[in-house]
Amino acid sequence: MRFKGGVLAALAATAMTFGTSAVQAKELFLYNWANYFPPDLIEKFESETGIDVTLDVYDSNETMLAKLQAGAAGYDIVFPSGYMVDVMREEDLAMKIDTAELPNFKNVQSPHDSPSYDPSREYSAPYMWGTTGLAYDTAKAPELDETWEEYFKPRDELKGKIAALNDQVEMYNAAARYLGIDVCTEDPAQAQKILDLLMAQKPHLALYSSTGTIDRMVAGEVVMHHMWNGAAHRAKEQRESITYIYPKEGLAFWSDNMVVPKDAPNPENAKTFINWMMDPQNAAVATNYTGYMNAIAGSGEYLDESLKSDPAVNMPKEYADRLRPSKECSTAARELRDKVWTTLKK
Amino acid sequence: MSGRGGNPLWRFAGVRPAAALFFAYLYLPIVILIVLSFNANRTVTIWTGLTTDWYVEVLSNGDILRAARNSLIVAFSATFIATVAGTLAALGMARGRFRGEAAVNGVMGLPLVVPEIVTAVATLLFFILVGIKLGLLTVIIGHTVFCTPFAYLPIRARLEGMDPSLREAASDLYADAWRAFRRVTLPLLWPGILSGALLAFIISLDDFVITYFVAGAGATTLPVYIFGMIRIGVTPEVNALSSLMLLVSILFVSLSFLVQRQR
Amino acid sequence: MLAALRRSQLAQRTALLAPSLAIIGGFMVLPLILMAYVSILEKGTHGGVEWGTYSAEAYIKFLFERDLMGSLSVNADYLQIFLRSFVLSGVTVLLALAIGFPTALYIALQDDRWYRNLLVFMVTIPFWTNLLVRNYAWIILLRNNGLIDNAAAWLGLTQEPIDVLYTPFAIGVGLTYSFLPFMVLPIYASLEKLDLRLVEAAFDLGADRRRALARIVVPLALPGIIAGCILVFVPCLGAYVTPELLGGSKSLMIGNLIQNQFGAARNWPFGAALGFALLAIVLLAMMAYALRFRRAPGGGT
Repeated sequence: MRFKGGVLAALAATAMTFGTSAVQAKELFLYNWANYFPPDLIEKFESETGIDVTLDVYDSNETMLAKLQAGAAGYDIVFPSGYMVDVMREEDLAMKIDTAELPNFKNVQSPHDSPSYDPSREYSAPYMWGTTGLAYDTAKAPELDETWEEYFKPRDELKGKIAALNDQVEMYNAAARYLGIDVCTEDPAQAQKILDLLMAQKPHLALYSSTGTIDRMVAGEVVMHHMWNGAAHRAKEQRESITYIYPKEGLAFWSDNMVVPKDAPNPENAKTFINWMMDPQNAAVATNYTGYMNAIAGSGEYLDESLKSDPAVNMPKEYADRLRPSKECSTAARELRDKVWTTLKK
Repeated sequence: MSGRGGNPLWRFAGVRPAAALFFAYLYLPIVILIVLSFNANRTVTIWTGLTTDWYVEVLSNGDILRAARNSLIVAFSATFIATVAGTLAALGMARGRFRGEAAVNGVMGLPLVVPEIVTAVATLLFFILVGIKLGLLTVIIGHTVFCTPFAYLPIRARLEGMDPSLREAASDLYADAWRAFRRVTLPLLWPGILSGALLAFIISLDDFVITYFVAGAGATTLPVYIFGMIRIGVTPEVNALSSLMLLVSILFVSLSFLVQRQR
Repeated sequence: MLAALRRSQLAQRTALLAPSLAIIGGFMVLPLILMAYVSILEKGTHGGVEWGTYSAEAYIKFLFERDLMGSLSVNADYLQIFLRSFVLSGVTVLLALAIGFPTALYIALQDDRWYRNLLVFMVTIPFWTNLLVRNYAWIILLRNNGLIDNAAAWLGLTQEPIDVLYTPFAIGVGLTYSFLPFMVLPIYASLEKLDLRLVEAAFDLGADRRRALARIVVPLALPGIIAGCILVFVPCLGAYVTPELLGGSKSLMIGNLIQNQFGAARNWPFGAALGFALLAIVLLAMMAYALRFRRAPGGGT
């Protein structure tokens, strides 16, 4: 009951705030990763608001950006990662929606209420967040230290049984952090050090791949995988002995956000949706489905037990200072990164 | 079939086992896939037990069904247009040599040669420049372009070295042309047309990159949906979905055979 | 009279070619011209391009490397990636031809037309599933402790794990698989008109199998073989999913390289330039081939 009342109040508030705007069709176009939004939550939203939702999907932040940059329109909400929110703002692709003014914004937990890429939450609202660390199978390896060293300079028994992400940003950044180099370095000498490390690691890797990571760990094809924490959690559900480590040198902390593109056809419906998603119960449904944490206070009580008890998802407090928010680098830094990646794999 | 008596198949003794091997190679992964679609484990590649849950889930997931429907609409439309255009072009090219033949050949092969991502971004920029609204139609246009050479080349190969007078007569555009075309040319070309159409169809059904870029809101197709699962991991739903697609293909093939037999 | 005939022939040919040329010309050539323009623009800070600001950097980058001082030196990295993709495509073509040709012949030699058509459909039915899904199926087959490994061990053929997944061999298996229909069907289409009496006569005249193949079957199939090779070789150059999933993605393919430029590297002009470099190489190769083919006796009509 409490919940229903909350939604009605939110809707009323939304209606009052935007009541003067032109009448919009009762539809909403979402643009997200596939399997990253629970279908039943869409149904719930539709039945509560009468707004018809259509979901389209993309496979990476970059292709989503490329498509918007080329001028594709028609989406009401996209779900970019933090650094991509930055890019979208600078490229004038995001609409100013003043998320902080929405009634349910009060539920947003720190630090998600004021991220570096949108400090006063004018353009974006938090969806899910996660980390990119290491997962390994404790049944097949000795206990490993919480350091990237286990990954970049593996022990003999792990050599050839490690899978890397096929993602130049994740790989480059992990190597940079291990070496204590700024991930956005513009110094070729430092980029060279990163390349040397990656080159030395390459012979010890079984493969680079960002797809099928969960399968690979569960099937025991590899013993260690550079992995997203939600994927590690799903792998653990299938194979108890898999554990996730937060390397002490720092690991990528990313967050996916809801952003309304500049030319969205139904911005008011988008705001209604965003406000609705900042309700604890709805956010919890999304977390239970995706296996990643949301940023909404009070959603904890609705979470599945398995999520609450897994340190991969429900991060123990002592690791908080190891998280490094993703950031957008300069053109020069990106060029160095791409050069390192191309040379690594030429 | 008469006129094919004295089949020399037995002369090429190695051909039959080679073909058997070929079909085994082709269907081995498909069998695996169908078996795994009944796998109770949420991880795609690890077997734990039998279930039909994934089928229930696919059939109740509106997004996946919509994507499958879009894929089929696009594949059938693009295949149809590309095959008609490809057949006409092959007939045109078969009427002797002419100046500019190399250029025409080059243009026909262009969609094969240009990397998909370049075509994709170029086509998207172009659509936006000329103000065509992105939707399912733009996907069909994009697919028709790259399907055309796939349909054209087998038909062209079929026509190569055929009796020119026969096909000249047949492809004549004069009075009785339509009947001549149906009675003479079409049966002659049929193996080429069937091959070309099938290739166009499967290349369309699998396309991700171009579809992704030129699709408008609401025009997600199956490959785009499946690639979008990369972050979360591909679920056995996809296997179930693939098995259902196989079922559709078998139904479609049976249907076309029934229709042919009736005639 | 003759001139009029020729004119009407020209009109007919134009009418027949028009739909295809309109489709490809309107929705491929025009966009590519736009892309050629993009390739000589300055890249945008976050991807995209600076419209109206010109730069030749993209083409210079393909062959040369700028050091810190801004001076140029030759850089063969990209050429090396191109070469690798060409070799891989070539191997795939050969494998597909070796497996596909006998099958096409087998199908073409069937007496029953319905059975022939059925087999043709059967060649394409597996491809109603998705590319990723088929590759996953191959992973299950090829990996250590996978089906083939276990079967071989059970039969006592192997003592050690087979270790084929994430090797070039696995890429070959996967790519050949993906492109088989594109080899089989064009060959079948040109072989189907094979006049069996001709083959039979050749045998009656004492030709052995090799000669019957070389003198009658292969020449007849040649247009199909060429079409098949083109349909396998060229699309294979851009393949990137199979090399990643089955090969472990330790080396880039042209497809990855170009994809990267529109993705993480966000360098559209360079991506476009790479695309045109590939286009130029393939077109040159085809032109050279066409010139040779034209001079050869009996080539073309």
